[in-house]
Amino acid sequence: MSPTNPIPAFDLKEKTYLDSNELIINMGPQHPATHGVLRVILKLDGEKVLGLECVIGYLHRGVEKIAENRTYAMFNPYVDRMDYVAAVSNGLGYCEAVEKLLHTEAPPRAKYIRVILTELNRIASHQLWLGTHALDIGALTPLFYTFRDREEILKIYEKYCGARLTTHAFRIGGLQYEAYDGFQKEVKAFCDFFEPKIDEYEELLTTNRIWIDRTRGVGTISAKDCIALGVTGPVLRASGVKWDLRKAQPYCGYQEFDFEIPTGENGDTYDRYLVRMAEMRQSLRILRQAVDRVPDGPIMAKIPKVLKPPSGEVYHSIEAPKGELGYFIVSDGSTQPYRIRVRPPSFVNLQALELMVRGQLVADVIAVIGTLDIVLGEIDR
Amino acid sequence: MRDYITSYLNSSGTPGEAGNIFWITVYILLIFAGVAAGVICMNWLERKIMAHMQVRLGPMRVGPHGLLQPFADALKLLLKEDLMPEQADSVVYHLAPLLVVVVAFTVFIVVPFGPSHAVTDMNIGLLFMLGVSSMAVLGIVMAGWASNSHYPLLGALRSSAQMVSYEVAMGMAVLTAVLMTSLHGGGIYGVGGAQESGTGTLSMIGIVQAQAGQHVWFIFKFFPLGLVSFVIFAIAMVAETNRAPFDLPEAESELTAGFHTEYSGFRWSLFFLAEYAAMIAVSSIAVTLWLGGWLRPFPNWHGPQVAIPGFWQAGSSNGVVDLILAMAPVVAFVGLGGLCFLGAWRMAKNPLFRIQMLGLAAFGALLALVGLICVVPAVRDRVQDIFWFVAKVAVSMYLYIWYRSTFPRYRFDQLMKVGWKVLLPIAIGVLLATATLGVVIQAVMAA
Repeated sequence: MSPTNPIPAFDLKEKTYLDSNELIINMGPQHPATHGVLRVILKLDGEKVLGLECVIGYLHRGVEKIAENRTYAMFNPYVDRMDYVAAVSNGLGYCEAVEKLLHTEAPPRAKYIRVILTELNRIASHQLWLGTHALDIGALTPLFYTFRDREEILKIYEKYCGARLTTHAFRIGGLQYEAYDGFQKEVKAFCDFFEPKIDEYEELLTTNRIWIDRTRGVGTISAKDCIALGVTGPVLRASGVKWDLRKAQPYCGYQEFDFEIPTGENGDTYDRYLVRMAEMRQSLRILRQAVDRVPDGPIMAKIPKVLKPPSGEVYHSIEAPKGELGYFIVSDGSTQPYRIRVRPPSFVNLQALELMVRGQLVADVIAVIGTLDIVLGEIDR
Repeated sequence: MRDYITSYLNSSGTPGEAGNIFWITVYILLIFAGVAAGVICMNWLERKIMAHMQVRLGPMRVGPHGLLQPFADALKLLLKEDLMPEQADSVVYHLAPLLVVVVAFTVFIVVPFGPSHAVTDMNIGLLFMLGVSSMAVLGIVMAGWASNSHYPLLGALRSSAQMVSYEVAMGMAVLTAVLMTSLHGGGIYGVGGAQESGTGTLSMIGIVQAQAGQHVWFIFKFFPLGLVSFVIFAIAMVAETNRAPFDLPEAESELTAGFHTEYSGFRWSLFFLAEYAAMIAVSSIAVTLWLGGWLRPFPNWHGPQVAIPGFWQAGSSNGVVDLILAMAPVVAFVGLGGLCFLGAWRMAKNPLFRIQMLGLAAFGALLALVGLICVVPAVRDRVQDIFWFVAKVAVSMYLYIWYRSTFPRYRFDQLMKVGWKVLLPIAIGVLLATATLGVVIQAVMAA
């Protein structure tokens, strides 16, 4: 008896690959270049992408639902697990949203330290993006350079709060920990250390002929499409829209710093690369200003031990490394939020993927997934 | 029997020409072992060199500085389960890696490690090499097709298209070098003070002898034409062997592992072996055609004559430069041995590291011993050619590693564009320019 064939019999036309022009390829969820567990179903004509569908949810942990059974303070560490490469930014967004709900504000010293840690986090996130993006396009070396330098940032985190990745650095109302001795000096030393390193990365890639060929004109998206899809962050800015929440709706004392919003023109992968490289330099600029001006004073605002925000709702968004990270919190006056909804930048930006790669080649899908800088922990939540 | 074996030693040709089956077998075994050893060395060197370029240490655990890592890997691969997809075409699936390996090793029959150090010398040696090495694409297509899976199929399609396209530009570059064997250098640019004009040959040994006779490596002949054709070949050979930045068939980030995605264990290691053997083979072609094959640098510069009784005979081609360069193998091996001793000495002074330290020192002693054996005149004179040939191939292999850690990967259409629209026109232009220049020089010299 012959073994039963689990695959249904195709009619002759579909039997071989060569007879049909369309090829359905399942990229992921276990694939080296989908940045985690993204599954992309590609419809190919040879190597050309006719269409694609993203399947997400492999990392879904129900973070938003968990929030409804936790007190405001207890939920704080959970947000670190969403965009785990930019945990500090997530924490900042959440703490500021709850503070807004409580009608309170962190004291100036806390705000400055928050800015320092968040900007360090932006650099770390962009470093990780650069390394993996370059790796996807086939340049192996930048990954190791960026990880070597990212280590310095993680060391500062470890010294500050004992954790390297999911830091839980901030508390609602300010900071739990005072900055350690030599914190400012170390951040300053990092700035001096890191500035030439950006040049090093750029030396490997910016003028590299193959890198330019692989990125210029790839995954182009217009400013109009970006706005229509709600795409934010470096992807939007690379399309020429000067939109950065740190300038547009200053929070956490960003209005006190002098920095620029780098923008691109073409909205292609190369421009997004340049924008992020420039953003790292701007972050260093903010860090240098902040470190010199950290005021003295308390690090916690006067807030009650048990947080019971008045009933109502609040939306607060910050400029996370990947784009606009927003928290919408509904309070019913109890110790636990009635509902928390997160607007994760990766999730919204991922929508643009199909628009950006349709008609391009398989290799471009990889490049575009890399350039969107997605983190699946944040998309699936 | 003994006469049969020793009779070859007096002849000056290759064993193939002498028709001596015994020495043919010995040479085949030596080359097979040598290439396999080269692949093992490359495995370790690639990891170490790439690691150091990428601010890491690379393998450090298995043996001192990971020296035994390739052996550990080989053992692991032999012990692994040999998987085959259920729907795969079993015969083709099993045949593909064998074909690739056989092809990769067959080309070494005509690689000239020295004037007589080749299994045989064919009058169509170069054609044989190019022809046989392009059979490898068949093995890759078979592997991709037989796996009956999407990624291998895409990888195989890419690879066949890529190898076929780059062979065209490669062929044109090779033709330029072949043409040069028959063209009189005319002493232009100060090089190529030719003594004989040569008759044009496809024999690998003949091509190197033409370079010796014309007193110029073809990379410098008709500057910059020789250089440009060499560069074209150097690019095409990287594409031909599917290495970064042209490693699209196995682009890890796109196609997981390309045509060998479904292979595991020993069959996978055959693909690995074939890939590295092919790299060595095409590097050998480049060295033979442009870099003077087994010729040492400045082969016609001898310097004042010297004589050391019992060690170095005086003679028209035994000058002081010859003496110094004849010591190059000794210096290289003793130097490597010294590096090992330095590493052993610098190793942490801890009982835990004692075996590692002793192992590294023993390895250094072995290398130094090899170096010292090369001092013996009988050995020295016989290994010269092989040493220079292998050294040149090693430089080319280093470049492969360097490319891999420096360049991003080309996209498929860009790869095709580079092959057809950039390399091929330049290669044809260089070929025509070389021919024209050669004819003009010949006419001028005849007048």
